[in-house]
Amino acid sequence: MINYLKNEEKIILSLRSLYSKYGYLPYKMNKFEEYDLYAKNKEFLIGDGVITFTDTHGKLLALKPDVTLSIIKNATEGKGTKNKVYYSENVYRISGKTREYKEIMQTGLECVGDLDLYDTYEVVTLAKKSLEAVSESYVLEISHMGILSSLLDSVSANEEYRQEALECIKKKSKHEIKALSQKYGINEAKTKLLSDFISIYGEPVSVISSLEKMNVSEDFALYTKELKELTSLLMTDDKTGKIRLDFSIVNDMNYYNGIVFNGFLSGVSECVLFGGRYDKLLKKMGKGLAGVGFAIYTDLLEGFHEKQNAYDVDVLLLYSDKTAPSVIKNEIERLQKENKSVSAQKSIPSKLRYKEKIEI
Amino acid sequence: MINVALPKGRLGEKVYKMFALCGYDCPSILENNRKLIFENEEKGVRYFWVKPSDVSIYVERGAADIGVCGKDILLEYEPDVYELLDLNIGKCRMAVAGKKDFYDDNTQTLKVATKFVNIAKKYYSGKCRDIDIIKLNGSIEIAPILSLSDVIVDIVETGTTLKENNLEVKEEIFPISARLIANKSSFKFKTKEIEKIAEFLVEQVKDND
Repeated sequence: MINYLKNEEKIILSLRSLYSKYGYLPYKMNKFEEYDLYAKNKEFLIGDGVITFTDTHGKLLALKPDVTLSIIKNATEGKGTKNKVYYSENVYRISGKTREYKEIMQTGLECVGDLDLYDTYEVVTLAKKSLEAVSESYVLEISHMGILSSLLDSVSANEEYRQEALECIKKKSKHEIKALSQKYGINEAKTKLLSDFISIYGEPVSVISSLEKMNVSEDFALYTKELKELTSLLMTDDKTGKIRLDFSIVNDMNYYNGIVFNGFLSGVSECVLFGGRYDKLLKKMGKGLAGVGFAIYTDLLEGFHEKQNAYDVDVLLLYSDKTAPSVIKNEIERLQKENKSVSAQKSIPSKLRYKEKIEI
Repeated sequence: MINVALPKGRLGEKVYKMFALCGYDCPSILENNRKLIFENEEKGVRYFWVKPSDVSIYVERGAADIGVCGKDILLEYEPDVYELLDLNIGKCRMAVAGKKDFYDDNTQTLKVATKFVNIAKKYYSGKCRDIDIIKLNGSIEIAPILSLSDVIVDIVETGTTLKENNLEVKEEIFPISARLIANKSSFKFKTKEIEKIAEFLVEQVKDND
């Protein structure tokens, strides 16, 4: 049966099984939610591309653009409480590339509640295992929003400068930093600090060691220590070099605070897994909780490592008006017993590719 | 194998020479034929010529691992790619130009003809200026002459075309030069190869200075 599933469907099945093993419970959400929930957190959804409509009672609803916000809304609070859920949902948003509405297949998980280092480790490990379930050739990259914001704090408080400097970090554009510093009157030492920071990426041990040598601020050192603790735990499982640190991963600082991570697969031109710690989002939503989670965009895996079938069916069974239905039925059953797929037709369809033709 | 998208034309030829000087030569590229893809298996590099404005699309979508395109294209289309290096060639500027006797007194909606719609919109919204954008695909300079627009937003290299048409630069928006860009996913899996090319090119850029 599993052979008839599409590649991405098989992946979703294996991910569900993986998340269940770690005690994550399935989460199913409504197709439509009240628009208010999304309107307050537009930036979290990367823009305001939410499809809205009025229901039969005049209430403004939205076609779900996201799953995380709904999970947060329903999360229970309490000391030591953790909400661990996974989901596989289609969401509807404006695609960044085409600027058109798109249906996006997402499978992911969220861990919301009174979190500790182990929870973050568990979620990042599950992100790594999720990528492993799809392909051996993957890279999971981790960044830390605290490190980025404390670095920028030490350079300038000018919001415009910070935004432009973040763009340079995002694009690994060392060459742009100098001109930017001239534009905003940033001194040479601070310019060099940023420029050196852009060159720091790769294997965790060497990256952490470079960060430790940078004398930026107490906060910067604290976040570096936090990242070191997490990567040390992760490195005990990973000897393959597939976990790396890269600060070009930048998420909205209004929502994300701690680690953020992205997953890439060789052969897929864009990032397939997005995740991170979003305590600030929870705070904005009035929840005194912490949260970490990720989603895999399974629609990007459509046709990944999948060879196109040379035939649509094994057998094209041609019959005429004179053929008795019982003869057709018997012939189909005989072929199916041989594990062959059969399409019974009166004439050869123009768009059907078949391996064998049998006329009765 | 590193796939490199080069912009067709003079800039692309200059860029290829820089790559060749770095040791990534591919002699077949200089043959006079209609081929579009050239490979040097030994050096692990494959080049292809594409329309300059399409380079960022090939790179963003991963058909090319790296490519070279102008800063104007990057600012207009904002592709999600790494911009690794300023190659310091193909230098020109994005500017607002208009008829010599035109003066913008801010009392009317400004009619702006351009190929670079997003750049023009962003520039004028930064100045809180109300504009009417007219998207053209070529011969932009003709627009103010025929009163189709008040000004144009376009690339200015030497300014000769403007002068010959009795136009002048009114404002400079930003300088332009060719940039080395990389697909984000390719960069993860071919980090060393791409870094090596970028390092070699840095030396070439210094020589260009």
